[in-house]
Amino acid sequence: MAQHGIEPHSHGLVPLQTRNERPRSTSASDFQEINNRQEIWRYLPMERLNGLDAEVMSEVSASEVAIDLAPGVTAQWIDSSAAPVGSAGLPEDRISAIAWTNASKTLLVEVAEDSETTNPTTLTLSLEGLDARAFHLFVKAGANSKATIVLDHAGTGSLAENVEILLGAGAKLDFVSIQDWDKGSAHVSTQFTRLGRDSALKHVVVSLGGDLVRVTPSAALDSPGADIQMFGVYLADSSNYFEHRPYIDHIAENCVSNVAYKGALQGAGAHTVWVGDVLIRETAVGTNSYELNRNLLLTDGSRADSVPNLEIETGKIEGAGHASASGRFDDEQLFYLMARGISESEAKRLVVRGFLHEVVQKVGIAEVEDRLIASIEQELEQVGV
Amino acid sequence: MATLEIKNLHVSVDTDQGKKQILRGVDLVIKSGETHAVMGPNGSGKSTLAYSIAGHPKYEITDGEILLDGENVLEMSVDERARAGLFLAMQYPVEVPGVSVSNFLRTAKTALDGEAPKLREWVGDLKKAMTNLRMDSDFTERNVNEGFSGGEKKRHEILQLELLKPKIAILDETDSGLDVDALKVVSEGVNRAKETTDLGVLMITHYTRILRYIKPDFVHVFVAGKIAEQGGPELAERLEAEGYDRYIKTDA
Ligand SMILES: Nc1ncnc2c1ncn2[C@@H]1O[C@H](COP(=O)(O)OP(=O)(O)OP(=O)(O)O)[C@@H](O)[C@H]1O
Ligand SMILES: [Mg+2]
Repeated sequence: MAQHGIEPHSHGLVPLQTRNERPRSTSASDFQEINNRQEIWRYLPMERLNGLDAEVMSEVSASEVAIDLAPGVTAQWIDSSAAPVGSAGLPEDRISAIAWTNASKTLLVEVAEDSETTNPTTLTLSLEGLDARAFHLFVKAGANSKATIVLDHAGTGSLAENVEILLGAGAKLDFVSIQDWDKGSAHVSTQFTRLGRDSALKHVVVSLGGDLVRVTPSAALDSPGADIQMFGVYLADSSNYFEHRPYIDHIAENCVSNVAYKGALQGAGAHTVWVGDVLIRETAVGTNSYELNRNLLLTDGSRADSVPNLEIETGKIEGAGHASASGRFDDEQLFYLMARGISESEAKRLVVRGFLHEVVQKVGIAEVEDRLIASIEQELEQVGV
Repeated sequence: MATLEIKNLHVSVDTDQGKKQILRGVDLVIKSGETHAVMGPNGSGKSTLAYSIAGHPKYEITDGEILLDGENVLEMSVDERARAGLFLAMQYPVEVPGVSVSNFLRTAKTALDGEAPKLREWVGDLKKAMTNLRMDSDFTERNVNEGFSGGEKKRHEILQLELLKPKIAILDETDSGLDVDALKVVSEGVNRAKETTDLGVLMITHYTRILRYIKPDFVHVFVAGKIAEQGGPELAERLEAEGYDRYIKTDA
């Protein structure tokens, strides 16, 4: 058994623990208080949590979520103690447990079995105050359905969120989570996904704004033949701390996972963290897995942490690999473009867009891509790159 | 009518061992319509000269001047130099991932002209230039220089030369690595640019074969960071036969 877990010598804070040994509970008291000595909170700027670690908080109200449904998709608020809540995953950390307990209602979005739509369903959650709030979303894609759902976060707020995504057999779902918060906001989002037999999920994370944004998407691949693609794009400036921790748990046979996150950082104090965990269990014969993270640092003084972890418990796999790199702007690329008359700012914009393009184009949803490109332009404009 | 004047140019680079002097007093004048060939041994500083004219930040000008129509080029940023009419076809063109050739060319053209080219005209010009250079039309959808073969990179440089229409072009070993047919195609491109825009050319090369297609008016022998001798096309023939030994010995 090969193990490439969290390297203890890199920080000496936590014992080596395989990813599946973490406790699961909906009760906050089952987890330690948050501090930077725990690996999962290691990088977190605690002072920006805006009370998201408080055991009691109010919840997001129905009026704060604008819902635009595509045909074949329904939405309703249900009691969080009712099914199917909890069937896609259970909290593995304190904030997720707090959010779970404090969200008495869950927004249940269902895609009818066998239904197919190309129009995206959009859920826009906008907040207007920094008091900590809890939210629970459950997305259920019926068997053999095909849909796109975009969850958009905007405004000024402090949000502790759980998103559950459950795919029935043969379902195809594109799910996009956009974090485009205004200054001062904090957002901790735990996104559990569980994939049915031969289903396919494209999970896209786009982080553009917020003082603290932490998204931890996980995939439980416990039915054979499932395919998960996880893509992430982020653009951090001096005011942003963005943390993304995708986790793929290969349990069943012949599943495919592909994780690709790319980010650009600029300005002193911009900080991003990417920790990618892939666990290929003994039962996950025929697995094919790849994870990648690349960061482009546009200026001095920004910091990108990138840690891929791969644990493999069986040799009978198709393939498993990872790549991670963070680098400065390539001066030679800038020179080449500028030598053709292109100004420095335009050249930088071309390079950044080009760098992110690989992932942006994989989003594959025209509206989201356009919006993403526009946001990227706007972000670059704002800081005058 | 444009004139590029290089006067007493001294250039050094920062290395791990400290500053290293590479150019040691280069004097050269290139006018519109003229073709100058620069030949010299490896490491003599030819690319350094080319990069210094284009404004690569790695090279520090320690003495001398570069003037384009009397304007001080050394005070211009890299993009300003290009907009003033200078063009460098690079010995090793750089890959720019995620940026398509078509996007790159259109952005460059817009930057040089100060306005976006009229779409229909532009598409027509691009298509024609690519056909002339025997480039597949699907090239425009590929990322700049990414995965291009050596020869494709060089054609792409000349494609830019033809579309961007500079006043003075420096071609750094554009002929290296080209097969016989490609050499001809690329040379035709340079000659077209010379005819249609009265381009002035500074052509860095190791081989006389390209000089059969692009006729130089002047040949300069470049040794140890400066011009050791100047002459007409016959000088190139002599270099091919005798090599650079003579210059290196007298230099020592
Ligand atoms: N960044 C650098 N650091 C150290 N040395 C450098 C650097 N750039 C250039 N040089 C040195 O300067 C000298 C001139 O290099 P240059 O590339 O100008 O030569 P060249 O005449 O173009 O050679 P070639 O015919 O091989 O292309 C070489 O000795 C080279 O190693
Ligand atoms: Mg050279």
